Amino acid sequence: MKKVLMGNHAASWAVKLADVKMIAAYPITPQTQIVEELSEMCGSGELKAKFLKVESEHSAMASCIAASSAGVRAFTATSANGLALMHELLHWASGARLPLVMVNVNRAMAPGWNIWADQSDSLSQRDTGWLQLYVEDNQEVLDTVLQAYYIAEKVNLPVMVCYDAFFLSHTYEAVDIPEKQAVQDWLPPHARENILNTKDPRAFNGLVMPDVYMEMRYKLQQAHEEAVAVVKEAGESFAKAFDRSYSTIETVYCDDAETVLVTSSSTTSPARLVVEALREKGMKIGLMKVRLFRPFPVDDICQVLSGKKKVVVIDRNISFGKGGIFADEIRGAIANDPQAPIIFGYITGLGGRDITPELVEDIVMEAEKNERPERLALWKGLKS
Amino acid sequence: MRMKASEELITSGHLACQGCGGTMVMRHALRALGDNTVVVIPACCWTIIAGQFPYSSLRVPILHTAFETAGAAASGVRAALDIQGKEDTNVLAFAGDGGTFDIGLQSLSGAAERNEDIIYICYDNEAYMNTGIQRSSATPEMAWTTTTPSTRPKSGPKKNMIQILAAHKAPYCATANVAWPEDLTNKVKKAMTIRGTKFIHVLSPCPPGWKISSEYSIEVARLATHCNVFPIYEVYDGERYHINIQPKNIPVTEYLKAQGRFRHLTDEEIEHIQKRVDYEWKILLQREMTDSYHMNMPA
Repeated sequence: MKKVLMGNHAASWAVKLADVKMIAAYPITPQTQIVEELSEMCGSGELKAKFLKVESEHSAMASCIAASSAGVRAFTATSANGLALMHELLHWASGARLPLVMVNVNRAMAPGWNIWADQSDSLSQRDTGWLQLYVEDNQEVLDTVLQAYYIAEKVNLPVMVCYDAFFLSHTYEAVDIPEKQAVQDWLPPHARENILNTKDPRAFNGLVMPDVYMEMRYKLQQAHEEAVAVVKEAGESFAKAFDRSYSTIETVYCDDAETVLVTSSSTTSPARLVVEALREKGMKIGLMKVRLFRPFPVDDICQVLSGKKKVVVIDRNISFGKGGIFADEIRGAIANDPQAPIIFGYITGLGGRDITPELVEDIVMEAEKNERPERLALWKGLKS
Repeated sequence: MRMKASEELITSGHLACQGCGGTMVMRHALRALGDNTVVVIPACCWTIIAGQFPYSSLRVPILHTAFETAGAAASGVRAALDIQGKEDTNVLAFAGDGGTFDIGLQSLSGAAERNEDIIYICYDNEAYMNTGIQRSSATPEMAWTTTTPSTRPKSGPKKNMIQILAAHKAPYCATANVAWPEDLTNKVKKAMTIRGTKFIHVLSPCPPGWKISSEYSIEVARLATHCNVFPIYEVYDGERYHINIQPKNIPVTEYLKAQGRFRHLTDEEIEHIQKRVDYEWKILLQREMTDSYHMNMPA
């Protein structure tokens, strides 16, 4: 069934299709319609779930952690400051190895108050042990939330699905909604051992001494490493069931490219147009969209970028004192490759400023012109 | 009250100090609740007392959770159990005074306002004892702690948590004292029969924090009630007050002199505390008398 949905409602539909049993959420723009729609679905009974209208994002995550510990599929959604407030508990969710799923609508951090697109909120949570997927359009929102449960429950790790404020959250697109039965066949009901069970009482998340803590962290890292293959497998089996395929990255014209443009989230869409146009003009350029950010798909990325002349990364985010985060991650991933390309890292579009095809082309042409970047963090679109 | 060790839901080998009130509170509460119970424990002394991985000193499932989340985590467990048809399982949030009066107040308020069907027990040892006796908003006025030295003891009265919960119209709030274990277990049993948020505030002596000898733990706790420092009462629906234990009205100095944390007090300061205690006790008596039992609440 096709419906014209805003990105936020595509997320709500996925939660309903995944038969989530417990939702806890707190309102924050631009995430609100996700939970408004879910309230309607719970109210009408079409989704049989408990919905806790908690008093903060911190409590939203605490309740989801508790519900997941008691064995049910749980969901929350947030943005920016709400995500930052959850920070402590993001570590709890991954450390407790819980298959939670959260949507984060990427929004700029305050101050000043800015509700528009910017990835710095979720990228600030890079080291919390959550898987992170960045998606490009509303169809991918719905499909990725479903895949997030599939992945989370295979690797026992929480998954964050991130998409840009307003460019996706409030923009209407045609979305193909799978049949409930087909989803249930692909994503069976949640069943897990080692939960809060009065018939088999255990203590969870208690005191651990230095003699075991490090091994627990090692296992968490191992699970992340294994998750790369699980993300691919989820994308492949999803394609078999629903005829839309996904992976850790997506490449366009990369095989013979000398320059590769790297994007994530909705920035990929104008980049597609630019790469298409430049190819027509004879430029050997390709596009790589990074969908999976944690675990970082190092091998997949290096396989594409090794031996290329130049890589141009567009970041709608910043790690202050260093630069764009995707660019930095790619530098780190490819550092030991003797055929590593020159990497140009561009910061633009912060706080929801448009990333137009003209701007993307401007970035590409500037990188094309220069042999090496002047500095790690190059800015584009700054007002003088 | 006697139970065979094999019937207790707390085991030997737990990691509490001698004379720990908080440990007795858990023991008495679980006697009432039985084994169909999930316990949620935020950061507090019980994070340690419950034992280190992979051991547990309780025969019921425990969810250890972040300091400020007892109310929210208990709500999440409740929701998950209910949707699985396990409405008969008790959810007990078991938090210290720091996790209740201070950092956890917001999530407790959220849970109480939603009237989540949980039992919340605060074992109140009147300071951050696990981190080394720092003051909390449950620390009594003029007490010594490691952050309120006797040269500048804790200023201002202890926060009144029961009043805060009563203002939420929680269906059942009560105070209790480990010196009266039957009263405590009866209150837990009563809480099990009431739907919604039940809040039980239990005075829990801490020998190292109060600077008392561990064998005097219960005696000092009993004095707290008999001196009217910690009255034992219930509040139904945030309105109807009922005092459960008639105090002997012993001068407050007896209670204060028994503890090293009040050793620095002058006679004038003790007089000030006595006046405050007398005043609060009168207010409580008035609240009990202006019982709204027969008033009709609008539907």
